[in-house]
Amino acid sequence: MAKSNRGYKSHGQAPTGLKRWLFSTNHKDIGIMYLFFAGFGGIIGVLFSVLMRLELQEPGVTFLTWFVADGTVEQAAQFFNVLITAHGLIMVFFLVMPALIGGFANYFVPIMIGAPDMAFPRLNNISFWLLPPAFTLLLLSAFVGDGTIGVIGASGVGAGWTIYPPLSANISGASMDLAILSLHLAGASSILGAINFITTIFNMRAPGMTMHKMPLFVWSILVTAFLLLLALPVLAGAITMLLTDRNFGTTFFDPAGGGDPLLFQHLFWFFGHPEVYILILPGFGIISQIISTFSKKPIFGYLGMAYAMVSIGFIGFIVWAHHMYTVGLDVDLKAYFMIATMVIAVPTGIKIFSWIATMWGGSIEFKTPMLWAIGFIFLFTIGGVTGIVMASAGVDQPLHDTYYIVAHFHYTMALGSVFAIFGGFYYWIGKMSGRQYPEWAGKLHFWITFVGVNMVFFPQHFLGLAGMPRRYVDYPDAYAFWNQLSSYGSYITGAGVIFFLGLVIYIFTKGKKCPDSPWGDYADTLEWTLSSPPPLHQFEMLPKIK
Amino acid sequence: MSGPSNHDYHLVEPSKWPVIGAISVFLMAIGGVFSLHDVPFVIYVFYAGITGLLLTFIGWSRDVVAEAQGGCHTPTVQIGLRYGMVLFIASEVMFFVVWFWAYFNAALFPAGNEAIGGVWPPQGIEVFDPWHIPFVNTLVLLLSGTTVTWAHHAMLEGNRKGLKLGLWCTVLLGILFTSLQAYEYSHAAFAFGGNIYGSTFFMATGFHGFHVIIGTIFLSVCLYRAYIGHFTPKQHFGFEAAAWYWHFVDVVWLFLFTSIYWWGSGI
Repeated sequence: MAKSNRGYKSHGQAPTGLKRWLFSTNHKDIGIMYLFFAGFGGIIGVLFSVLMRLELQEPGVTFLTWFVADGTVEQAAQFFNVLITAHGLIMVFFLVMPALIGGFANYFVPIMIGAPDMAFPRLNNISFWLLPPAFTLLLLSAFVGDGTIGVIGASGVGAGWTIYPPLSANISGASMDLAILSLHLAGASSILGAINFITTIFNMRAPGMTMHKMPLFVWSILVTAFLLLLALPVLAGAITMLLTDRNFGTTFFDPAGGGDPLLFQHLFWFFGHPEVYILILPGFGIISQIISTFSKKPIFGYLGMAYAMVSIGFIGFIVWAHHMYTVGLDVDLKAYFMIATMVIAVPTGIKIFSWIATMWGGSIEFKTPMLWAIGFIFLFTIGGVTGIVMASAGVDQPLHDTYYIVAHFHYTMALGSVFAIFGGFYYWIGKMSGRQYPEWAGKLHFWITFVGVNMVFFPQHFLGLAGMPRRYVDYPDAYAFWNQLSSYGSYITGAGVIFFLGLVIYIFTKGKKCPDSPWGDYADTLEWTLSSPPPLHQFEMLPKIK
Repeated sequence: MSGPSNHDYHLVEPSKWPVIGAISVFLMAIGGVFSLHDVPFVIYVFYAGITGLLLTFIGWSRDVVAEAQGGCHTPTVQIGLRYGMVLFIASEVMFFVVWFWAYFNAALFPAGNEAIGGVWPPQGIEVFDPWHIPFVNTLVLLLSGTTVTWAHHAMLEGNRKGLKLGLWCTVLLGILFTSLQAYEYSHAAFAFGGNIYGSTFFMATGFHGFHVIIGTIFLSVCLYRAYIGHFTPKQHFGFEAAAWYWHFVDVVWLFLFTSIYWWGSGI
């Protein structure tokens, strides 16, 4: 028989070397590649942010001038804009999404529903392998000038991650086009991944694993996948029109030909708002697993938690213009978007309070993942509350494009999603690698990061309220104090990242062997029934769920 | 890894195509961008990429077909493939939403838009008469929708001749549509660039036309597979996927015809 209809089993052995990794059709191997890739993206993203904080530590353009060819303030300012743009795009597309969806979800969703692999293993692999080219294109976009590899920052994309026209339509040179195609590839990767996850979850649940018995992490990925599937084509369409406006003379966003720059903003945020839920919903799922495990209680209000995520996902599609209150929207339109936005606080509140209710009366064990989870709830609540503040169209008027919004979305994303990533890392690293982290080191990493990120972003609320605009290389002296504090916080966070990298190396080389179920009886999802690390293909005999 | 197993899933062998596909797309992107910016010779990088991508599509599809013929596609796996195709079409629908959004953004509220003279269709734009070629094309596509259903029902009843005949008609109607569309494009009194009318018109109908071509190729592959004896009344997912795709393209055209050609012509 030339072709086996049962995959690996006919060989009697696992693929090795290049074949195992490059040609992988194994969800766990692909998940691990995603996690390493996300780590790499994250390091670059953090590096860019520390460069920005170094510049902003004191008034005046003094630091980035060292990096640019002619040492002028103009070049340094352009470089700052490039850093801001690349930082945003990298953190969204090459850290959070690959880590949460590509990494943890790829690894654990099939296991948690009792399936041997994803529905479309080859598709899974191309979802991953599209990302390194996308990342390369994005990094090139920061360096490339008019068709040539130029001086760093000299003509890279400095339009911000939202790449609004007319600016993005008028940046000359190849850099903007490279960034657009980078997003095309990353988007294609995510759409294919979304198709894969939805099919896997709908079609490959083990006998007895009904939808209403799925772990909340699986629910979170199901909702996320639907958002990806329906939102990313809209981004792809919008940037395709940007590409043709730039290169083929179309006028979609150019009023001189009857086009409309606001069309881009509508399309971008029709994608962009679901996108921010794409970044946080998998985190919700991870936090639910952790809180339940370490409170030694089932999650409070399971169904409410699941359907809260469904409704957050749905409402996420109909609130986009709250990112555009200052563009001159009709007042009635603003009223609608304001109310719709505030409605999201209801399902989000259900989640926050259900986590607290899960802990209430529980026998809480403050292991490292639990610290990150509680930190997540605390920080995400702050970010959520400032979100409600800005949901008000009137209040947003003075806050729009200030550091207040920067503080807000970093509390939800940089602190929320990233805390969920670290929580998931400490929760699952023993399972994935077979080696456990040392508890003291995990806790130390948590506290360094917790102090660091709060010091970075809490002062930015004050800067925003005082009117400091975002995406700017310089500021008046009046903003000096809080900026300095924010920069110091950034260095502490950076130290935390370095500590974490050392910790990862330690775990892989010297970590203690991890038992199959290190967290006790209340870690009752299926991954804890397997060995650590799990076999190449788990569940050849499907588990029966009671 | 050998051991007892009680599931019907298809655990796929390691495959080289995803990596080759990803590299090809990268080459296309790099070659495409830099040739747009007048870097000499990089267009060949683009061509290399597109060749690699085509090879990937062919090789990957051959693998899937071989697996299907080899019995990997159990009923459970077929349900998964159905989900996959439906979801893929759902994402494609969202693509078309963007082109319609762009179109209606300009067409619904022309007043105050100086560049187009405050009216739709824009001043100075001579649009196509919807009741000439566009209407013929509507009929062509609707007819092709019935012929593909004919092929489907023939196959379900084990009538191979009807299957081939129905598919031949569908493919030929698809080619006819594309030819008429190409003829119409060549007589357009407006261009892709320079005006929002041409931009939205060619983007929406061009993207649709591209989908018609893909659908025609997809159906041609099914026709070839019908000749070499693939498809049984019980297992013929490849055909169904092609048919779904074809109907999807058909429905999109109905929206294009009514909103852009007909309503948008100002008649």
